[in-house]
Amino acid sequence: MSSVMFFIAGSGAIAGAVGVVVLRDPFFSVLALVGHLIALAVLFLLLRAEFVAAVQVVVYAGAVMVLYVFVVAYVGDDAKGARGDELRVGGPGSVGSNLRLGGAIAGGALLIELLIALLGTGLKAIGEHGAGYSPGPRTFGTPAYIGNLLLTRFLLAFEAASFLLLIAAVGGVVLAGRRGGLGEDGDEGRRVLTPLDLVRPQGTGTTAEGAGGQHR
Amino acid sequence: MSIAWYLAVSAIVFSLGVIGVITRRNPLVVLLCLELMLNGANLSLVAFSRMWGNGDGQILALIVMTVAACEVCIGLGMIVAIYRRKLPIDVDELRELQG
Repeated sequence: MSSVMFFIAGSGAIAGAVGVVVLRDPFFSVLALVGHLIALAVLFLLLRAEFVAAVQVVVYAGAVMVLYVFVVAYVGDDAKGARGDELRVGGPGSVGSNLRLGGAIAGGALLIELLIALLGTGLKAIGEHGAGYSPGPRTFGTPAYIGNLLLTRFLLAFEAASFLLLIAAVGGVVLAGRRGGLGEDGDEGRRVLTPLDLVRPQGTGTTAEGAGGQHR
Repeated sequence: MSIAWYLAVSAIVFSLGVIGVITRRNPLVVLLCLELMLNGANLSLVAFSRMWGNGDGQILALIVMTVAACEVCIGLGMIVAIYRRKLPIDVDELRELQG
């Protein structure tokens, strides 16, 4: 039974990955990645990683992919079409087909190298089904087990990850913000600098800004 | 299934991600292919974790997911910034650092 599930989920994961690389429309690429992530979550379940599988579906296939879909919808037609999407269509010998061929060769060589390194290893346990496993509420891979590890042995990594997420959220807002660092070109309309501007970051919502009085 | 099968799948997914990063020109799809590479690494981490019966690999997989979420946040923010400056969304034409 687990072999059947493995082949279904494994071929689903590989098919999703191929779809991400091959499909022309970025929107379909995102959908293929969602399928890939769900198939990968099934593989995680087969490997007794229940909590990681749940996080994969909820956070990755749920939240992160929704962000992707929104950006694809926002950027819209600029991201596809003749110029932006796929390699330029051309005959053999054009830059696009050469790049595609070179990429395929490089990826194939990397695949062969990885397979030699992974499967030709001296680890005996690689041909077995893994360590012993007995189901239970606090056993390997359950939320209780993961939470225990995260709050004891890996507390520093946990806190560093939370800080990293905070930095990324602030960076995302700054980069894509309404008048962030990469914002409007027209600087000539700026108002006179007041002492308050030195202590208050731009765009933190004074009443005048909310009414559109200062910049827009 | 033995652990080697999972490792083979992870190697295939990683290589497909590499091919996508090299050949695709849309930065959105390049980010998606980076996700593929991270997922291939995640699968091998979880497989090794199962092999040793030890949770450390799963913790590392969770941290990798966190880093991937941060990367998506920053990358998509940059793509939106590129779009707002009316620049072409194409990694071949965005070869200069100055806007």
